[in-house]
Amino acid sequence: MVELSHDSRPIIGRGPPLTAYFLTLAAISVGLMVADQRYQQIDRIRESMSTVIYPVQRAVDFPFRATDWVTGSFADRSRLRQENLELTARLRLANLQLQRFAVLEEENRRLRDMRAATAGIAEKVLVASILNVDLDPFRHRVLLDMGARDGVFKGQAVLDGDGIFGQVSKVNASTAEVILISDAEHAIPVQSNRSGVRTIAVGTGDENTLSLPFVTVESDLQQGDLLLSTGMGGVFPPGYPVARVSKVKRAGSTFALVEAKPTAKLDQAREVLLIWFKEPVFEAEPPATPVIVPPATDPQAAAPAAAGPTPPRTAAPATDPASTGGDATVAAPTANPTPAATGDAAPAPAPQEGAE
Amino acid sequence: MRPMSMFARRLLYWLSMAAGLVLAIVPLPGWLDPVRPDLALLAMIYFVLTSPRIAGLGYAWLSGLFLDVLRGMVLGQHALGFLVVGYLTHKLQLRMRMFPIVQQAVIVMLLLALYHFLMFWIDGLTGHGFTGWVRWLPVLSGALLWPLVVALGDSLTRRSS
Repeated sequence: MVELSHDSRPIIGRGPPLTAYFLTLAAISVGLMVADQRYQQIDRIRESMSTVIYPVQRAVDFPFRATDWVTGSFADRSRLRQENLELTARLRLANLQLQRFAVLEEENRRLRDMRAATAGIAEKVLVASILNVDLDPFRHRVLLDMGARDGVFKGQAVLDGDGIFGQVSKVNASTAEVILISDAEHAIPVQSNRSGVRTIAVGTGDENTLSLPFVTVESDLQQGDLLLSTGMGGVFPPGYPVARVSKVKRAGSTFALVEAKPTAKLDQAREVLLIWFKEPVFEAEPPATPVIVPPATDPQAAAPAAAGPTPPRTAAPATDPASTGGDATVAAPTANPTPAATGDAAPAPAPQEGAE
Repeated sequence: MRPMSMFARRLLYWLSMAAGLVLAIVPLPGWLDPVRPDLALLAMIYFVLTSPRIAGLGYAWLSGLFLDVLRGMVLGQHALGFLVVGYLTHKLQLRMRMFPIVQQAVIVMLLLALYHFLMFWIDGLTGHGFTGWVRWLPVLSGALLWPLVVALGDSLTRRSS
């Protein structure tokens, strides 16, 4: 009896049996997934594929951009005038605040220089626009129109005009994926501006809420408190607004239920800022520690506390280990020069931008 | 009516796949976003049913891989989903072609449910788990859209004779 085969490919040159083919490809997929979770090398495959995909993303984005451009260029005069007036008024106000701020910043810089750590001051800012592309309805990710070509790196802080927006999670050649602070997989160390309470703000998957799960009932947090980034972890620059406490409920026995609303406009922003800054060096605070190594040898060792994921950290070629050891032993007893040395060593990420 | 040439069918397959991929990332208003049907997957099922000689597992797998890159998911996730659905469709192909359209839509719904279960499972394993019921909506919208996909596909393959 002849059995009807479901494999209707031509008998000659039909390739491997269907099931074997299926199992092979399935094994490759599983291998890819495991590799993607574990190893960095797979990013190169993704990067090369994303160059193929880039025109598709651009094509999807194009009509929206075109409409924006058209409505922008044909906007009626009165509206532009209105907008102009508003902006002028806001600029005047901002300038007024800036005058005070400039003095404060100068003073701040001087004080920080004395501590040999000019940490957390944005040195280079790039404006990137968000591509009009939906990635996944259940994850808060957006795609920027800048990538490795523009110097974007994984773990880079992303801000908008009102506060911290997120961080770069994947870098392709000409695009970069950003994970928003409201994504359920994101957490950011914060500090209350009023009371100085330090905690961690975790995304909830809702654009208007961050949750602060590790706040005890006794801790001093109130509704309306502004939460600033602390700069710990080295990803975000310290002192930028993250969220405002919107709800505090002290019902439980140990932990209070605290929610905060992000200050950045996570669902409305069209343009965001990519930031390069000097990592804070927590090491510099206790003056002399014997582990300090001269700057030329290993910048990684200089800032162990700032474990920021900054790939472009260009590790200088290690010099002769014997001389290194000699320097270290010499440096250890003399307390003062070494912290200064670490302060210089820390801004290793993106030194070329730092010079601008 | 002369049937389409093999080349034309191949071209049509890739064009509709590209269209499906574009529609997978086109911004939709918030409430519509979770309902978005997997058009690339439906197109793949349609081509496996109507022209199994060209729409093989390799095509299915590659389409899924492109979707992975496009949406920034774990590499291989959608590829595996597409592969499993493509394989099962190949297996069921002779039977499914005989079915009336409603029955076909029911089978497609089961395939979509399996696909989304697989995605859900891998999401969970890789730590992206989202457990709301909303994530199962594309199964329904996809099944409802199936007759339309068939009608569109049939008209496309016949016109260019």
